[in-house]
Amino acid sequence: MMLLHTRALFHWITESASKLKALFFMRRGWLAGLMGAFVSSSAWADWTVNMTEGVTAVSRSIYSLHMIIFIICVVIGVLVFGVMFYSILVHRKSKGAVPQQFHESTVVEILWTTVPFLILVGMAIPATKTLIDIYNTDESEIDIKITGYQWKWQYEYVGEGVSFFSTLSTPREQIQNSRIKNPNYLLEVDEPLVLPVGKKVRFLVTAADVIHSWWVPAFAVKRDAIPGFINEAWTNIDRPGIYRGQCAELCGKDHGFMPIVVDVRSEEDYEKWLVERKESAAQERMILEEDWPMARLMTKGKQVYGKVCAACHQVNGQGMPPIFPALKGADVAVNKTRVGDHVDILMNGIKGTAMQSFANQLNEAEIAAVITYERNAWGNKTGEMVTPKEILEYKKSGKYTPDPDNKTVTPFVNTNQAGL
Amino acid sequence: MADKDDKNPLDSSRRTMIRTGLVAGGMFGFGFAMVPIYNVFCKVTGLNGKTDPNPYKYDAEKAQVDTSRTIKVQFVATKNTAMSWDFKPTVTEIKVHPGQVGELDFIARNPTDARMIGQAIPSVTPFQATNFLHKVECFCFTTQTLEAGEEKVMPLRIIVDQALPRHITKLTLSYTLFDVTSMGERTLAS
Amino acid sequence: MTAVTDTSHHEDHHHGPAKGLMRWVLTTNHKDIGSMYLWFSFAMFLTGGAMAMVIRAELFQPGLQIIEPAFFNQMTTMHGLIMVFGAVMPAFVGLANWMIPMMIGAPDMALPRMNNWSFWILPFAALMLISTLFMEGGGPNFGWTFYAPLSTDFSPPSTTFFIFAIHMLGISSIMGAINIIATILNLRAPGMTMMKMPLFVWTWLITAYLLIAVMPVLAGAVTMMLMDIHFGTSFFNAGGGGDPVLFQHIFWFFGHPEVYIMILPSFGIVSAILPTFARKPLFGYTSMVYAVASIAFLSFIVWAHHMFTVGIPLVGELFFMYATMLIAVPTGVKVFNWVSTMFRGSMTFETPMLFSIAFVVLFTIGGFSGLMLSIAPADFQYHDTYFVVAHFHYVLVPGAIFAIFAAAYYWLPKWTGHMYDETLGKTHFWLSFIGMNLTFFPMHFIGLAGMPRRIPDYALQFADFNMIASIGGFMFGATQFLFLFIVIKCIRGGEKVGDNPWETDGLEWSVPSPAPYHTFTTPPDVK
Repeated sequence: MMLLHTRALFHWITESASKLKALFFMRRGWLAGLMGAFVSSSAWADWTVNMTEGVTAVSRSIYSLHMIIFIICVVIGVLVFGVMFYSILVHRKSKGAVPQQFHESTVVEILWTTVPFLILVGMAIPATKTLIDIYNTDESEIDIKITGYQWKWQYEYVGEGVSFFSTLSTPREQIQNSRIKNPNYLLEVDEPLVLPVGKKVRFLVTAADVIHSWWVPAFAVKRDAIPGFINEAWTNIDRPGIYRGQCAELCGKDHGFMPIVVDVRSEEDYEKWLVERKESAAQERMILEEDWPMARLMTKGKQVYGKVCAACHQVNGQGMPPIFPALKGADVAVNKTRVGDHVDILMNGIKGTAMQSFANQLNEAEIAAVITYERNAWGNKTGEMVTPKEILEYKKSGKYTPDPDNKTVTPFVNTNQAGL
Repeated sequence: MADKDDKNPLDSSRRTMIRTGLVAGGMFGFGFAMVPIYNVFCKVTGLNGKTDPNPYKYDAEKAQVDTSRTIKVQFVATKNTAMSWDFKPTVTEIKVHPGQVGELDFIARNPTDARMIGQAIPSVTPFQATNFLHKVECFCFTTQTLEAGEEKVMPLRIIVDQALPRHITKLTLSYTLFDVTSMGERTLAS
Repeated sequence: MTAVTDTSHHEDHHHGPAKGLMRWVLTTNHKDIGSMYLWFSFAMFLTGGAMAMVIRAELFQPGLQIIEPAFFNQMTTMHGLIMVFGAVMPAFVGLANWMIPMMIGAPDMALPRMNNWSFWILPFAALMLISTLFMEGGGPNFGWTFYAPLSTDFSPPSTTFFIFAIHMLGISSIMGAINIIATILNLRAPGMTMMKMPLFVWTWLITAYLLIAVMPVLAGAVTMMLMDIHFGTSFFNAGGGGDPVLFQHIFWFFGHPEVYIMILPSFGIVSAILPTFARKPLFGYTSMVYAVASIAFLSFIVWAHHMFTVGIPLVGELFFMYATMLIAVPTGVKVFNWVSTMFRGSMTFETPMLFSIAFVVLFTIGGFSGLMLSIAPADFQYHDTYFVVAHFHYVLVPGAIFAIFAAAYYWLPKWTGHMYDETLGKTHFWLSFIGMNLTFFPMHFIGLAGMPRRIPDYALQFADFNMIASIGGFMFGATQFLFLFIVIKCIRGGEKVGDNPWETDGLEWSVPSPAPYHTFTTPPDVK
């Protein structure tokens, strides 16, 4: 279960060795950079050693709080450790130091109780101000509802009728090290949250299964998404750009694989995007009325499967029993009399298991395509297809009834599947 | 203390054991007592946006509508992943004056072929507004049972309290729908 | 407690230890039980450490290499649970068993039979906990903080066994704590007043009170989980009217005092060792006692600083921020006292002293990052990142583990009658010191740069620091076998030592080395 296989292990060892070599022989400049970071303040802005200043007023005031408290700690540290190392160097037996016998001093003890206390009070004042600011969600112009799912985010533009899921788009091959990794490895999604600059945006954060936490460092927004409860946070972004974050609360197996990408645009671009997004949503609904031949369903199905199913059931359909059962050769996916059950499971999930209901996460075409795919991939050659129209019908009646127009074609042979 | 008197240290040790054991037992109970303590605390402060599970007694005679301000109330719906119902409000926001009754419907439909029981859990933001958003009528006071394929229109009637802090101009009432078929029908209200 | 007379160590030959395995199964002798606790703790330290090695190997570079994410989560969870409940806490109980009776002039622990039980529950609890890894669906995978509903509605079937293991570990700790309180309150030698007790005894007394106050709360929390999972209650299930955030409140009401349980005895150890090797009395004994007591008190009113991002109201957020910042005051007092103890002393740097000095420096660094974390707005950026991982490893590895090493080296001559190998001891120290810093210092950077904790794979900009951390981790891990070798070598032989090899004060140094099976059967007279 734990070892992928020995070859992967070997691969890992050789690759690690070469990476190590690279680290020590070719990247001396990096060490110099680290040393420099302690001296020059400009190097502190470097993303890799310090907190980001971010692109909002709140993130900047948090950054300055962080730097103030850090400098206070450094100063106290230098003083205390200075005295200590001085004693270590000078008051040692080998240098003939004679131990004193003093063991208390009321004045000193009162001093080092009150001085730190006063420093803390000094620190608490700006911290309180920033905190009050963070909690002021009044007068927002745009409201975004963010819902955490295992393991994706859903964004809903409240009152606009736009809602979509945002999932990791890094290909599995890169995670499994069989391809070169993108620069934004693990920090890229299929559809980012789009926001305008200069508007107060309020986030309504909740979750549909376990606790997640929505975090974008550049906005200094981190809010736990708690099932059954709604939390709020806000931001007002200064600069257009792409900002990336990750889920910050352990939420199960793929906690490390549910990034957040926010695409911040100028106000006009945002408005344009919103209009287009509404149109494309309408277009999706139209797709239903189109013709969906087997090949198209299979292509679409493979794509959907890779996006939403493969995380648990695996690309090769073998699952991770017992929690995530195999679909390859599974009765429900090959037994011709159980098409209805198959649709049921996808639409409603299976109670008490990790299998969730996809009725509202995927559209009719996507559900039809993925079921068709599952019934014909990995040697599950049933040759059957399920059409978007049938799924639409299911949504109305709650029951799967084969569409008389759906003439299931001859067994479909997919040559792409070997080796996955 | 052994040095104070000539009491048998074995007896005093046993006494210490019993006392500290009782403390430990008491703390075990305290762990459970934290549940009601927390609930009372939440109710008083509005923490977590947990709203009153009882219907608000509305007195039309006494109600003074504060027309000087208009409050925007947003409605959002979330379905827990285990829940396959369709569930949404008919409108996403209404505007009301404090003291005025706001009405809208939520629609729930059970698309499965089995009878199911759902429970909607309300939550309000900003949480300071929790105790100022009253529900006269709500489907969340009890569980909702839908037969296979059944669709239900569930009315919601709310009042924003006149004492709502003035800086709050927008409220969000969120409902998360849970599948509680295995727990059976019940009422949250007390 | 400076001058000590003891005339009681001739009579120890009547009751030697029994022979064979049953000696250990049935023993009620505090030294035997102390040794068993320490060996058990070391075994758990290696087990939990092996899991840390798996974690660091997977994080050596980006991409999934060795283990699957599902197993990675089990490793982080079990590493945390085993280190907290299997390694650190039992090690301190072991040291308490060995040293407290000898430090206060008592013949044994007050409740010897309960002492035997509280130890023997442990191996079974640990076995049950570890066995979950081999069950269907794997072991606990929800982090050592096991937040609901991930640990209830979404947990593997083995969670029930995890819950029972926590119950057993809790019962063991509570019994151990009761025993320590009973011993300290009732069995002190005549003349050993409370304010004459060594600080190790004081810190343990306070720790024991913390244990009996919070371990039952943890037991309550897991019991509620058990009921939610199996009996249809809804303590933490929002759908049934419960609240997942309530779990976090209950957990951290236990969890924050728990982290002080793992550090207060260290304060006692270091307060014993620094004066010995500085040849100068401890500075500010009284203020040390008050500082420990106030830290213990504050630990009960700061728990929600672990939950700054869950949506606590502003007033609550401010309260917990201020209370948390306040902890810096008594902690600062302790650090200043230790530095003043060293100041104008006449220091030598044997292994226990090296570990103690490293404790002061590195624990203070952990304290600084703790102070930074207490600033609630800044915590919005730090929370659940590697900055937090760096922080708590800086307080726990040098804080608890270095102090335990220091204690072991300090008292090994008393336990075995032999001096340990000083060169090897110093080697162990320096390798541990470098390894530890190499592992955890870069974590500050990757945390600030935005790497969340508990992830099996990470973005490319975190790669270099992770690789350094892994190298440091392997170094630290491998070094601990040297410690095992040093201890075994010291038990088997070495330079014989007298009653008081460090030429220091304390009742434990008035008995022969190795300490006879029974000590202080007649109480010593403390002046």
